Amino acid sequence: MVAIAAAIAMGCGHEGPSPTPSIIPDGRTEAVQEGFHLAEACPPGFELTDEGVCRLRNLYQQYGSLKDKGVGGLKTGLPPVRDGFAPQQIDLGRLLFFDPVLSKDSSLSCASCHRPDKGFTDGKARSEGVLGLPVGRSAPSLWNVAFQERFFWDARAATLEEQMQGPLFAADEMGNTPEQLLATLNGNAEYVRLFSEAFPDGAKGIALPQVLHAISAFETSLISLNSRYDQYAHGHHAALTQNEQDGLNVFRSFVARCAECHTPPLFTNRELAVIGTPDPDGMPFDQGAQKPTGDTDQRGAFKIPSLRNIAKTAPYMHSGRFATLREAAKFYTEGRGHAVPKGEKLKLHWHIWEPELSDRDLDLLVEFLHTLTDESLMPRIPKSLPSGSSPYTGWEDGIDKFK
Amino acid sequence: MSKIRSSKFIAVLVAIVFLAIGLFAGRAIFKPADLPPALPPTFFQQADGGTGNWTQKGVFSGTIHEVKNGQVIQDAVRKAVPGDLIRVWPGTYNETVYIDKDNITIQGVIVKGEWPVLDGKKVLNDGFLYSGNGMVIENFVIKDYKGNGIMGQAGNNFIIRNNRVHDAGVYGIFPEYGTNGLVERNVLSGIEDAAIYMGMCDNIDVRYNYVYESVAGIEIENCRHALVEYNYCFNNTGGILAFITPGLPIKTCYDVIIRNNYVFENNHPNFGAEGSIVASLPSGTGIIVMAADEVVIENNIIAGNKNLGIAITDFSFGANMRSDPDSDPNPDRLVILDNLMYDNGLDPSTEEIRTLMSTGVIKRAPDIAVVGNGSGSCILNKGAYQTYGLDNWGQCQIASTASVKTYMLSEPVPPRDVTLEEKGKMTYYGVCSGCHSYSVRMVGPPTQVIQALYKGNPQGIADYIANPARKREDYPEMPPQNYLSEETRLAVAEYMLTVDK
Repeated sequence: MVAIAAAIAMGCGHEGPSPTPSIIPDGRTEAVQEGFHLAEACPPGFELTDEGVCRLRNLYQQYGSLKDKGVGGLKTGLPPVRDGFAPQQIDLGRLLFFDPVLSKDSSLSCASCHRPDKGFTDGKARSEGVLGLPVGRSAPSLWNVAFQERFFWDARAATLEEQMQGPLFAADEMGNTPEQLLATLNGNAEYVRLFSEAFPDGAKGIALPQVLHAISAFETSLISLNSRYDQYAHGHHAALTQNEQDGLNVFRSFVARCAECHTPPLFTNRELAVIGTPDPDGMPFDQGAQKPTGDTDQRGAFKIPSLRNIAKTAPYMHSGRFATLREAAKFYTEGRGHAVPKGEKLKLHWHIWEPELSDRDLDLLVEFLHTLTDESLMPRIPKSLPSGSSPYTGWEDGIDKFK
Repeated sequence: MSKIRSSKFIAVLVAIVFLAIGLFAGRAIFKPADLPPALPPTFFQQADGGTGNWTQKGVFSGTIHEVKNGQVIQDAVRKAVPGDLIRVWPGTYNETVYIDKDNITIQGVIVKGEWPVLDGKKVLNDGFLYSGNGMVIENFVIKDYKGNGIMGQAGNNFIIRNNRVHDAGVYGIFPEYGTNGLVERNVLSGIEDAAIYMGMCDNIDVRYNYVYESVAGIEIENCRHALVEYNYCFNNTGGILAFITPGLPIKTCYDVIIRNNYVFENNHPNFGAEGSIVASLPSGTGIIVMAADEVVIENNIIAGNKNLGIAITDFSFGANMRSDPDSDPNPDRLVILDNLMYDNGLDPSTEEIRTLMSTGVIKRAPDIAVVGNGSGSCILNKGAYQTYGLDNWGQCQIASTASVKTYMLSEPVPPRDVTLEEKGKMTYYGVCSGCHSYSVRMVGPPTQVIQALYKGNPQGIADYIANPARKREDYPEMPPQNYLSEETRLAVAEYMLTVDK
């Protein structure tokens, strides 16, 4: 079946005919229907309000947080969420997200590098774009991106809309241009109809802000807040084994200090940090946030990623240097600045120190990190796409997971 | 080592000193005050009138759990429910006690001078870790941990009282992200960072503590509305710190009163871990304000601190400090009222200051020195001290903060007011909707179908989800939702029956 789907995908240029959607496995519940119909219901996790928009509801809304920053302990509220999109916009974003028609040559969709079966990353140290070559950094997970306020590893974008124009239009990523993208979408009667349905007040024809808005709507619907850890946090202590509770205690202890930056409940405090992880052999030193800010203090600074669903998103760090969680955790106990290249002067974060974690501590940490997995609100993969392309383009080996 | 770490701060200080020499050549160091009046600061008069009376009421309302020598405190924590009191009898307990429940009191029982001792044997990470609200920890000896003696992550309305914390690792007592708390009558020593570290907290009192032989005695970091009063800070590297540390998620520190403390001979060599912020503390510094705003320093006895009595600085202080566009580096609207400053700066810790002294430019390091910018600050009776960098400071229009008795609130911070209906809704969308939508078949049957089956019978749903059994051939079996409390299960069942879209 994988081979069949791959063959379909290969034969499916942006001008090509629509393949038979029914042979692409979906396995979920989307009804087979003629033409496309945008959902009128909100995705799981969201309430459809009387105003016709989707608002996130979750158990963390029982709690407050200091200064509304969404950092603290177990029963702490989350940071402000970006929600309030219409269900139709979210659903349209879903189609766009999986549609390779967004790339220059219809070879890659957003989902090619942000695969649902790999925690919305791609399992690669560095993602590969339309040129088939690795790009500079690893694809970050999209789970809970609705709570983020800065995007890219170097935090150079302030909104998802700004962020996604990076990969869409970078020559070595999806390689498209705004003109070609809009021409393609406006040349597709189905998309024109769907956009007018999702944006009833919009002018005639599909405009770029609508495309960005719809994809943002979909991406902010990717919510993961019901892991076994969360059940523990809300008070059901039997949800974690004793080892996992011990791992939580290592995680939040002031020896390992993980929770100081990967702070609950989001498991990031949304700041940047210079921790001095090594770049892959042969790659130049990645200056991180120094590039967009020009600030030498930010040399080697990267966004602190959320650890939710972290067990799904190997390899780890900005360039995927560490293959396993164990290796990533071990980095922190191998000496402050041990991997900083000679001659580099970095302002390493003060929590990078010499915690002397034991092998058992590291094992417990990894066990605990696995309790942060929750994919219960996984979106449905579209059965077919308005472009006729396969929603699995570029990640055909993921089809099996969604049978 | 400490000389190297402190050299950047001192270098800046030296630059200021030379500037001062250039600008004021010929002027006497002890020129009497000739200052513009400053507006009266109003911030500490805006306190909410809190009384802190809740700390006197006691929060114990449930069962008493006794823990005797040879038993495990954590076992009692497992059994305890909110409102319970855990009494720990004298003995030695080698464990990390973690409390992820609300309103638990853990109280040591002191018998004929014998205390319960938590001993980490330099193997265990932390003594107490808590995340719940309404936590009380009192009457413990805590020693030889690697991380912290007592650490709170979130948790409002905390009381940490009458503990003896020695050589407990990085911090002795460290409540973080808490509102409304009290740290009093603790004795701490041998801590390699701050003995008492209030991190990102609001409305806190730190009083009647004795801290010695630690790197930093008491540190108020990125907190608001903090009263630091009647503490004895002796022979630390630095006595009392009010800091904005950049790069933290909560960016401000203001409205801090440092009053009636004894800040004496804080001349201990710096033994902070390499890379830590306090590793750049120059030994012999009494009080340090870094970037924090609206700090009042009043009626302290600041004596015998060899480097400086009071240091006021921006982020250039820390050799390890990284810029943060969201944090204002300048200390603004500081208020220095009358303090006794005696014998400070007698033996500054660096060669540069010694050089200035040996050339006769200054007799000793100043009592009060300001590095960097800042505005709106004032001082009473400036002429009483040897100062640097206070030229744009006004004369204070107030003389006392006596109106502020406490910065704690009158009542405990209540939990967020959530009705059962709202809780049901949060649970329905946060948990159930992963498998059930209103009208479409997903993993489980549509909510509409469930509504038809259980009309008028929410208890039936609540019972079923706690212990589901396979009902339909064409659907997978539902996993039990028994991690939701009984109350929540009924609330979500009731909500589920009302969903209409």
